[in-house]
Amino acid sequence: MSVDATLEFRHAIREAIIEEMERDETVVFFGEDIAAEQGGVFAVTPGIQERFGAGRVFDTPISELAITGAAFGAAVTGLRPIIEIMFGDFMGLSMDSLVNQSAKYWYISREQRSVPLVVRSAVGGGGRFGAMHSQTHATWFQGVPGLKIVFPSSPAEAKGLLKAAIRDDNPVIFLEHKRLYSVKGPAPEAGEVIPLGRARVARPGGDLTIVSVGKGVPDALEAAERLAGEHGIDAEVIDLRTLRPLDLATVLESVSRTNRLLAVEEGPAIGGWASGLLGLLAEHGLHDLDDAWLLTTGELPIPYSPTLEDAFIPGADAIAAAVRERAGVAAAR
Amino acid sequence: MTVGATVSTEAPAAYLERYGLMLLIRLFETEMQRLFLKGEVHGTTHLCAGQEAVPVGVCSALEPDDYLAGTYRGHGHALAKGTDPDALLAEMLGRATGVCGGRAGSMNVIDVEHGLVGCFGIVGGSIAAATGAALSAKQEGRVAVAMFGDGATNQGYFHECVNFAKVLALPAVFVCENNFYGEFTPMLKVTGGGDITARAAAYGVPARTVDGNDLWAVREAAVQAVARARSGDGPTLLECQTYRHHGHSKADPGKYRPPEEVERWLARDPLNVARERLRQVGVSDDEVAGVEETTKLRIDRAVESALAAPYPDPAAEHATEFAP
Repeated sequence: MSVDATLEFRHAIREAIIEEMERDETVVFFGEDIAAEQGGVFAVTPGIQERFGAGRVFDTPISELAITGAAFGAAVTGLRPIIEIMFGDFMGLSMDSLVNQSAKYWYISREQRSVPLVVRSAVGGGGRFGAMHSQTHATWFQGVPGLKIVFPSSPAEAKGLLKAAIRDDNPVIFLEHKRLYSVKGPAPEAGEVIPLGRARVARPGGDLTIVSVGKGVPDALEAAERLAGEHGIDAEVIDLRTLRPLDLATVLESVSRTNRLLAVEEGPAIGGWASGLLGLLAEHGLHDLDDAWLLTTGELPIPYSPTLEDAFIPGADAIAAAVRERAGVAAAR
Repeated sequence: MTVGATVSTEAPAAYLERYGLMLLIRLFETEMQRLFLKGEVHGTTHLCAGQEAVPVGVCSALEPDDYLAGTYRGHGHALAKGTDPDALLAEMLGRATGVCGGRAGSMNVIDVEHGLVGCFGIVGGSIAAATGAALSAKQEGRVAVAMFGDGATNQGYFHECVNFAKVLALPAVFVCENNFYGEFTPMLKVTGGGDITARAAAYGVPARTVDGNDLWAVREAAVQAVARARSGDGPTLLECQTYRHHGHSKADPGKYRPPEEVERWLARDPLNVARERLRQVGVSDDEVAGVEETTKLRIDRAVESALAAPYPDPAAEHATEFAP
């Protein structure tokens, strides 16, 4: 990383919350242990209650349904809640409130009121947390119109996207990959807000397009550098940023130049966002495609043991290997 | 059952008006039944005839800008909170002039202008919506009320939110319309302990059982609970015991209920109870008849305007998935 790698991912989240709470006094923040001294189990939000008071920042009972339902009720009556559902896996308990209440309100009320709320959760494997604390819940919600799903890939992206999510008038599900919390990267420019729904080209390239989101993006970037150095394969890396809305146009534009696409998802292929993306690509960009394939986990729960978990989750090595195999080249050394 | 409260010293005219609102709900439901059989109301619908005293009594204790979250048996909730009968009836008929433009239907009515956070088609949803509204209400000096049935007290929503509201001292009132049946199943068969107020008491939330067919009793209990919430003393639960005159939904004739039980409750029709009370406080039969006539005309007008209203035009909808 470069010398200006100064912002830690967890601090980027904290800064975004603080800046938006300072900007708009209707923003409130609650969840389990978020106001406690440590600032949540991943130490993301220490000191925020001291700063804004217990009226705007408070701990709740361990009641995911009540937390999410209350966030919905508060959002349609004038507040802009940010809630933390500690692990994304716990979102099963929040489902009714998000899928049936929050997602549909704007439409079925005939636009009487929108639902400005943000649900932050820690997601993803690699932490040896086992099957019920390692999932990525984005795809549980991707097929629900009315919800936005944001999955940032770096500290600067996390800050800019969370600020946008808090300002957004719709329910936003915000995913924070556990293996990114301690990552440091360049700080964004002061006040930068990244619009939701626009993918970015994280690395330009001409030989193939690798699409991912969240931690898959730094993994793909690492793989791309190796492929370039070792084999002269020049991969373009696209960071989707949001899984709903889905910026298909940016992907199609890239594929029109590279003609090859690899979608990398930390999750199963069946019902995953990556397989859905390939489906849309087949519908809208088949004429540009010479090849398209997926790198996903297996169709199993996420295992606990380090050897099993490491083999299960596709990282930079797996991405590089997948491209080499497809390109018919052998690994260096 | 708890006997109704002492008759209030409030002006009889106020009660006459509330009786008119109860009657409006009853006539609305009668029309819903009729229009359903004619194929004008689509899908399904859940009628609240027999339960009118609860929403009218509760809403009489609220300010216009207080919040209410209702259920799929929510026509009475909406009308009591102030939703325009024309707009509600048109919504039931799926017409463009409906309060939600025909997008919501019978189970999911939303009327933000009148403080109706929404009616929720899934059992217990109203409890969380009101709990969240109470977070806003706390900052605004308002109160939020959840309406729900006995069946909802077996949902996680009930237990999580009553506790949540208690520990955060939220200005919420939890109003259980205990009509003794969750869909087709008797309440006592599926409710451990059999006592809904005891469930709230377990969370340190004051609770009382109220004669839900007596407008006066419901109002008196609601006034106290709302005052308590508004003064910062936290939530209260009211278990209003009542009975639906119809089955659970349009497809249900309610045959699972013993005829003698139905007879007993029909004899305590909340409209009859209210009329008796009105006589006690000196309202004349002529005055009552006058309100009945006006109310009947009001519903007739709503039906006429709804039936004349256009269906929404799919080509002209311009719906957006997201708020801008």
